Amino acid sequence: MEFNQRLYKRRQRANTIGLTLSMGAMVLGLFVLLWILSVLFSNGLAALDWNMFTQSTPAPGTDGGGLANAIVGSLMMVGFSVLVSTPIGIFAGVYLAEYGDTSKTAELTRFVTDIMLSAPSIVLGLFVYAIAVATLGNFSGWAGSLALSLIAVPVVVRTTENMLRLVPGSLREAAFALGAPRWKVATLVTLRAAKSGVMTGLLLAVARISGETAPLLFTALNNQFFSTDMGAPMANLPVVIFQFALSPYDNWIRLAWGGALLITLSVLALNIVARVFLREKKAG
Amino acid sequence: MPNTATASAATAIAKNALELRNLNFFYGKFQGLKNVNMNIEERKVTAFIGPSGCGKSTLLRTLNRMYSLYPGQRAEGEINFYGQNILDAKQDINLLRARIGMVFQKPTPFPMSIYDNIAFGVKLYEDLSRGEMDDRVEWALSKAALWNEVKDKLNQSGLSLSGGQQQRLCIARSVAVKPSVLLLDEPTSALDPISTGKVEELVHELKQDYTIAIVTHNMQQAARCSDYTAYMYLGELIEFGSTEQIFFKPNKTETEDYITGRFG
Repeated sequence: MEFNQRLYKRRQRANTIGLTLSMGAMVLGLFVLLWILSVLFSNGLAALDWNMFTQSTPAPGTDGGGLANAIVGSLMMVGFSVLVSTPIGIFAGVYLAEYGDTSKTAELTRFVTDIMLSAPSIVLGLFVYAIAVATLGNFSGWAGSLALSLIAVPVVVRTTENMLRLVPGSLREAAFALGAPRWKVATLVTLRAAKSGVMTGLLLAVARISGETAPLLFTALNNQFFSTDMGAPMANLPVVIFQFALSPYDNWIRLAWGGALLITLSVLALNIVARVFLREKKAG
Repeated sequence: MPNTATASAATAIAKNALELRNLNFFYGKFQGLKNVNMNIEERKVTAFIGPSGCGKSTLLRTLNRMYSLYPGQRAEGEINFYGQNILDAKQDINLLRARIGMVFQKPTPFPMSIYDNIAFGVKLYEDLSRGEMDDRVEWALSKAALWNEVKDKLNQSGLSLSGGQQQRLCIARSVAVKPSVLLLDEPTSALDPISTGKVEELVHELKQDYTIAIVTHNMQQAARCSDYTAYMYLGELIEFGSTEQIFFKPNKTETEDYITGRFG
C-alpha cells in the first residue's frame, strides 16, 4: 500500500469543513431556541401567579385578572378532541397496518391523511366554520373541538400505522399460527406490542393541538367570562394570547406572556413524557 | 408374496397424519415446490433437510396454510389432513392452525405475561375456568420443560426470559392448544447448544402424543431426533425414507453428496 499524503490531507480538510458547518447549524438552531425561551421566561415568569389560575380574563381597562376561563376552555376542548380522535385515529391506523395493506381504500386513506397532516390549520378552521358555525349560527366550544380533532386525527393515524409496522412480522405469524383471527392478532398482539409508540403518538397529537390558534379563531372564538358550556363561545389560551398580546393594556400583555409560558411548559412536559414512553419501549 | 403381505400389513397399521399429493407452490411466478408427494406419519418425527432455499420451510408453511396471509402465494394439489384436503377453499384456516401448530426460527413471545402467553391460544377455542386454565398452563410449561424455571414468575413478561427459555415458551404455547401436528421451523437455529439439547429432548418427548415435522439445517439434529427424513433440493423432494436409510444407505447420489458434505 502506498500511503497518499495528499489524499489523506484532503480528507482531513473535508472532515474539518463538514464538522464546522454542522456544528454551526446546531449552534444557530440552539441559540434561536434558547433566545425564544429566555424571552418567554423573563416576560412570562412575572405574570405567573396564583391569580392567573383563579381569575378570569379581565375586562378592558380593569386591573388584575387571570386566565382561568381560558385554561379551562383549552383543557375542555383539547380533552374532548382527544376523546374523539383517539379511537378514530387508532382504529384507522390499525386498519391501514393490519387490514388494508395495499388495497385501494387504504391507499386513498393514506393519501388523504397525508394531505390533512400538511394542510394549513387555518383551512381546517375555515372548513369547520363553514359546516358548523355558519350553519348553526353560533361559535361554540364543540366547533373548536371539532377543528382540533381534524388536526389530531391524521397525526394519530400515521403514528399508529408506523408503530404497528415496526412490530416484526414474525410476531404476527406466531399469533396467526395459534389459530387467532385477524382482529385478535391486531388488538391483543400487535397493538399491545406497539402500545408505547401509539401512546407517544397520542401525546404528540395533544402537544400539537394545544398550541393551535388558527382553527379556534373562528370556531370557538373567545369568551371573556368563565364558561364550561361547550355549546357557547369558549375562551382558550391561544386566542387569548393572540388578542391580549396585540392589546394596549399592560396587564393584558402580561397575561399573554404568562399564557404563552404556560402552553410552552405544558407542551414541553408532554414531549418529555412521550420520550419516556418511547425509551421504555426500547428497554422492554 | 409373503413379503408384500407383511409390507401392506405394516402400512395398514401406520397411520398418516398428512398426505401430500402433487403439491406445487408458487410465490407469484416463482415455483417454490415442484410436485411433492409424501406422507407424514402419525406420532413420528419427520425431518426436512436440504440447502437454503430448497423449499423445506415453504413446504412447512403450506401445511398450516401460513402462506395464505400473503397475497400472491398459492398452493396447488392436495394436502390431506386425516382425509380432509386442507387446500380446499372451504377449509376454516384459523381452526386448521389450532390443530396444526407451528414454532418459528426466532423466539416470538407475545408482549404479555408468561401465563398469558400460554393462555392466549387456549382461550381462542376453549372456555376454561380459572382453575382449569392454571392446570393447562402448568401442563404445557411442564411439557416444554420450562415449568421449574418459571413457576415463580408466571406474571412476568415473556420477554424477560432468555432466548432458550423464550423458545421453549413458544413451544409450550403451541402445545397448550393441544394440536395434533406440530410444525417446527428450524426451532434451534437461534439457540445455544444447551438449549438446543433441551429442545431436542422435548421433541423426543412430544412425539408420544403429537405428529412432528421439523425443518433443520443441522444434519446431526435430523439424525438424532427424527424417524423419517426428507431431502429437498430446488423445490423438489429428492429422497424420502426412514432416517436410518437416508443417513446410512441413501438411494440417490445427490442425497449422499449432501449428507456427506460434498455438496450444500
